[in-house]
Amino acid sequence: MDIKLTIDGKEVVVPQGTMLIDACRQAGADIPTFCFDPDLKLAGSCRMCVVQPKGWRNLVASCVTPAQNGMVIETESPDVIEARKVVLELMLARHKLTCHTCEKDGECNLQDYCYRYGVTESRFVGKVHSLFKDDSNPFIERDYDKCVMCTRCVRACDEITGARAINVMDRGHHAKIATSFDGELADSPCVFCGQCIMVCPVGALSSKIAAGKGKPAQNEKVLTTCTYCGTGCTLELNVKNDKVVGVTSNRDPEWSPVNRGALCVKGRFGWDFINSPERLTTPLIKENGEFREASWDEALNLAAQKIKGIKEGYGPDSLAMFSSARITNEENYLAQKLMRAAIGSNNVDHCARL
Amino acid sequence: MAQEYRVLLEYADKINPEKASDYIKVGGYKGLEKARSMNPKDLIEEVKKSGLRGRGGAGFNAGMKWSFVPQYPETKYVVCNLDEGEPGTYKDRIICQKNAQALLEGMAICGYAIGSKQGYIYCRGEYPFVVELLKNAIGNAKESGALGEFDIEVRMGAGAYVCGEETALIESIEGHRGEPRFKPPFPGVEGLWRMPTVVNNVETFACLPYILTNGAEWFAGIGAKSYPGTKVLTLTGDIENATYFEVPTDYLLRDVIYELGGGVKGGKKLKAVQVGGTSGAFIPPQNLDTPIDFDSMSAIGAALGSGAVFVMDETRDIVDIVNRIAKFFEHESCGQCTPCREGTFRCKEIMEKINNGRGSLQDIENLKLLARVMMKASLCGLGQAAPIPITSTLTHFEYEYLRKLV
Repeated sequence: MDIKLTIDGKEVVVPQGTMLIDACRQAGADIPTFCFDPDLKLAGSCRMCVVQPKGWRNLVASCVTPAQNGMVIETESPDVIEARKVVLELMLARHKLTCHTCEKDGECNLQDYCYRYGVTESRFVGKVHSLFKDDSNPFIERDYDKCVMCTRCVRACDEITGARAINVMDRGHHAKIATSFDGELADSPCVFCGQCIMVCPVGALSSKIAAGKGKPAQNEKVLTTCTYCGTGCTLELNVKNDKVVGVTSNRDPEWSPVNRGALCVKGRFGWDFINSPERLTTPLIKENGEFREASWDEALNLAAQKIKGIKEGYGPDSLAMFSSARITNEENYLAQKLMRAAIGSNNVDHCARL
Repeated sequence: MAQEYRVLLEYADKINPEKASDYIKVGGYKGLEKARSMNPKDLIEEVKKSGLRGRGGAGFNAGMKWSFVPQYPETKYVVCNLDEGEPGTYKDRIICQKNAQALLEGMAICGYAIGSKQGYIYCRGEYPFVVELLKNAIGNAKESGALGEFDIEVRMGAGAYVCGEETALIESIEGHRGEPRFKPPFPGVEGLWRMPTVVNNVETFACLPYILTNGAEWFAGIGAKSYPGTKVLTLTGDIENATYFEVPTDYLLRDVIYELGGGVKGGKKLKAVQVGGTSGAFIPPQNLDTPIDFDSMSAIGAALGSGAVFVMDETRDIVDIVNRIAKFFEHESCGQCTPCREGTFRCKEIMEKINNGRGSLQDIENLKLLARVMMKASLCGLGQAAPIPITSTLTHFEYEYLRKLV
């Protein structure tokens, strides 16, 4: 059943059960959010998305309030703007303002909304407790002095990755994101997938590998497929001056149908070898105990010749093919075909792991 | 002279609250018997007709709340809120210690009405002796057969004020952090373990046996029309008789203090009275001729709340008291939503600043702004009500703030 409501003077029709935030966006309203994430369970806690239903005493969080027939909503009433500004000021009052060196600079919700509402400073600055977590892991920087407690990282860890490495600890103003017993990620069930970085709306969580190499907002993004395994995850290579300087997620299901932005530790953090001088760039052939560079043709011919020799000398079953999960299903199909049709053996196996 | 009117506490100290047989001797479990002879729908109608409204603070019509519970799911729960964390409130403890069987009977009546066989009592962590008492009372009632198939389990809180909020209470019973859920869905539809659940206060449940035994009309005829029945009040602060009373709901606040309460301690003058617990408004002496019922209190910008009556004499420093209250809320905020998590902390900071003689007019303006946004934009009742002591004292006792400014 459809319901009709009025949003900023515009009439919209939405199916029953639609949340106000979607109805408002359908009406063209730009609703700011921190805790809302379409891929995660609702929290309704940042209170940034509040709107004003006519005749109601309080504002409502549009992300968790179902649209009702006949509702009249204002998305930028004076009360709404006042509430959003105060929410921003309260966040700002405890936020480490190091935007100039922040990895999130340029695509930070807090920065964008402060700009939008003209919040230059906070009236509520007082005592500051540092919650920075010095965590020795090589991948994830945990600077909770920039945390806005939206808990998207907690929900992503639970709902996308299933690791449940982090949750909220302590209460009130002292509440913070922590592993059990407030330890390091390495001692928790964390798998360093970095989904927490993907969903963080501010600079509280960032990649240590990419730090200082280029702000993601300024990098060129090249959409590609991860080569680590056959799953085929879509990722964005961050490119600056023709060099890969990071990996970010593309969460659009149309562009990233396999993984919707979710990656594993290798896809998100295992890219810094690309520009390594130690990388092999040409085949090598070992002669007299020493490697020498060779062309692909020469190397493949040598391999074929040796395989043929073994087959002739010892029979096809003296050979086996051990293929890899790093290649695609199609490539694995070709590998077994080579083994069965060209060599004549069923000795085909697979590493079955990454 | 205005008198106490005891319904729930009529046999206080005359019966053993743990013994069903004692309770039955004074007419107990007749209400449940009558309820079970009725059709559940008619029973809910009867409770609606009595006009019984929630005694925990929100004042929602009990029968109406029950009527929202859908019939089809097999598993439903009855949950009793005995978290009683509101400072100065101890009426639920008194009801348990004097008349625990009435609570059990009330829960069983609710269970029959909504089709639930399982009840939970969520008891405040600071009341381990009440947990013992209730366990014995439940054991005795089960043994006597009075509860029939209805089972009740006692669960204990761990000291968080916010767990008195019904959805945080449910989260706590489920073993999670005590954080309120957003509503809707309301517990009546999706509550404990996501099943339909009725959460009512101890006092609300304890009224039910008497409503069923004596009839809805009888109950509706007691006290204020829009909030009928009696209310157990607990008096604290600068009052001669710092104890509890059960009064009809049209009882005047002035009589609570000067008749039953015996007046302000030491014959001093009254400066203010805070009703309903720590989140209640401060009421100035000129508003004392107000009946204590829910709507009359709301009309003067106050709240009956839990029925705590905190009396402050003329020597008390209002700003200092509000500063302590601000500290309380800063400590008790769960930290989930931004306005409350950060707001309670900044309220405390600003109150401290003013109380220490370092505040300015700008601080008062900031306090007002913060209070307005917390009340309008917080997720649950805690954040929405936390600034009320600040705003009500800025309305009625502004001079006390002004004289402390730099």
